[in-house]
Amino acid sequence: MAAAVSSEEETDTAQQGAALALLTPEDRALVDRLRAGDESTFLSIVEKNHRAMVRVAMGYVSSEGVAEEVVQEAWVGILQGLHKFEGRCPLRAWMFRILINCAKMRGAREARSVPFSALESESSEGECRPVESFRPPDDPRWPGHWARAPERWADERLADAEALIRIKAEIEKLPPNQRQVITLRDIEDWDSAEVCDALGISEANQRVLLHRARTRVRQALAGWAAEETP
Amino acid sequence: MSAARPQDLACRELVELLTDFLEGALDERTRTQVEQHLVLCPGCTEYLRQFRATIGSARKLAEEDLPPGVREGLLDVFRHWRHGS
Repeated sequence: MAAAVSSEEETDTAQQGAALALLTPEDRALVDRLRAGDESTFLSIVEKNHRAMVRVAMGYVSSEGVAEEVVQEAWVGILQGLHKFEGRCPLRAWMFRILINCAKMRGAREARSVPFSALESESSEGECRPVESFRPPDDPRWPGHWARAPERWADERLADAEALIRIKAEIEKLPPNQRQVITLRDIEDWDSAEVCDALGISEANQRVLLHRARTRVRQALAGWAAEETP
Repeated sequence: MSAARPQDLACRELVELLTDFLEGALDERTRTQVEQHLVLCPGCTEYLRQFRATIGSARKLAEEDLPPGVREGLLDVFRHWRHGS
């Protein structure tokens, strides 16, 4: 945490742990403290990111238990790579890249040893069919407009713990890339550029994935949230 | 119901534009079309409200507690690394 960094040259591209010039001051401080072995910094990063890391990992592996193990493996990789981290992307974007690599590798290993059926999500119940529908494109008066418009949602239902359970369950059924984007954007509130960095995708692609994911999660709530309204 | 003039967006198209709309990623003309459609169409207005409510509710998942033992397990990883490095 040496205060006298002002005279330090920032042109260095060496792979030594020094070249963090591109990072925000907050990220740079975090990296410095981690490198120095500061436990409370480490724990605060865990606190902020652990749920998201597990949720992202679960896109590739068969269970939450395995995802927790993947996160541990990822942390080993993150800590070991820390001295080489050059700060070309924000710290957590870099962390998630490592995590996703670990999760992919673990998922590939599992696919070789676990019968495929065990990896399918147990989603026979509550297959959500659309509760709304559109008129056909050749409808003489209102092509593509609502045939059956969305019913009003009862606001108090969304405040219910059940809503969160449903959202969580639906997110767990999404394909990995949709799950990653909705987890980081909507749950964790990352900004779009950082998510693109972590996942190596374009802004446009990210919006497509986010939209699909949101559409499915809304859909999963639709029949239930409107239930009590006539 | 909204007025179905040919230059209007259909509801089916509008719901596909909502993330781009919320992200500010639509071109000026399309954004205006979406806004005008929403003014006239209670169905799409409700859909947008639900879309936003879904996003707002998803955010609450960030507040879940960590499972027991997670901090301790990871702290072990951290200490191990610190001693090894």
